[in-house]
Amino acid sequence: MIDFTEEQIQRYSRHILLQDVGVEGQEKIMQARVLVVGAGGLGAPVALYLAAAGIGTIGIVDADVVDLSNLQRQVIHFTRDVGRPKVKSAEEKIRAINPDVKVDTYYEFLDSSNALDIIREYDFIVDGTDNFPVKFLINDACVMAGKPFSHGGILRFRGQTFTHLPGTACYRCMFKEPPPVGAVPTCSQAGVLGAIAGMLGTIQAAEALKYFTGVGELLTNRLLSFDAKTMQFRTVPVRQRDTCAVCGSQPTIKELIDYEQAACDLKHN
Amino acid sequence: MIMAKIYVNGDVQNVSLPLNVSELIQLLLVENPEMVSVQVNEEFAERDDWESIQVKEGDKVDFLYFMGGGQVE
Repeated sequence: MIDFTEEQIQRYSRHILLQDVGVEGQEKIMQARVLVVGAGGLGAPVALYLAAAGIGTIGIVDADVVDLSNLQRQVIHFTRDVGRPKVKSAEEKIRAINPDVKVDTYYEFLDSSNALDIIREYDFIVDGTDNFPVKFLINDACVMAGKPFSHGGILRFRGQTFTHLPGTACYRCMFKEPPPVGAVPTCSQAGVLGAIAGMLGTIQAAEALKYFTGVGELLTNRLLSFDAKTMQFRTVPVRQRDTCAVCGSQPTIKELIDYEQAACDLKHN
Repeated sequence: MIMAKIYVNGDVQNVSLPLNVSELIQLLLVENPEMVSVQVNEEFAERDDWESIQVKEGDKVDFLYFMGGGQVE
């Protein structure tokens, strides 16, 4: 049992007031450890809201530095941060919002050599990455480590997300393997309305908070997609596939895979 | 000609039978069919089975698309 300070009771009063959250729920949030992979368009709102909510430890993985073209949607980074490592910029904002939060930074790419070791340290993982090799890597590593995660994707005016818990549909149940290199445009090639990142990221943050507090129903076995042009939201039921290569009854993928990255997605320095 | 009412991504669509999943994809002019995942009545449809899966009255067909994310490298 955490002894809340007066300041904490005040800071988290709007959570504590919620019957479904209360002091117990806030305590769970404050003991939680969340890993945010990618401090970009999705990771920015996720990290900001989780920090404000008082998540105990937030880990951030990102090997990139802030670019001027990021600021249109990556709201955790400011103009003065251009050129700085995203993990450092994000850490600074998280601490400024909420000094209660412990921040772990990983200024590196997530790949098959480090993914399991990093993911094992956390209770919930948020996928805020732009590329398919890492999306599949996060999926496979979370399935192997038995960790829940939130998947997120955005493109132009659309977004999609689902939450995985052990025993529910995983990314490979819906998409067997990454698309051929260069076949699907990334945001850097096709563009994205900045606010879409906020819409999707805040859904991911809400899922993480629901997971820790046990409130409501998670977005498991459902793929939520929306189109901001029409503001139509739709959830497609999806099932765990017994023949899934990673979470099925006879998995064929037993080690993490580093898929080839689209050449145009690689950083040119 | 036999007509059937099916649901594509939740929207009603009138199609003439016989029609398999591959033909439906062509009919709907689905962008980048090699990029799409298909579910028929909430079951994953293997790409190799698209030609053999016949669409029938009341079927729910969902196309799932790859979508990237926030961190732009």
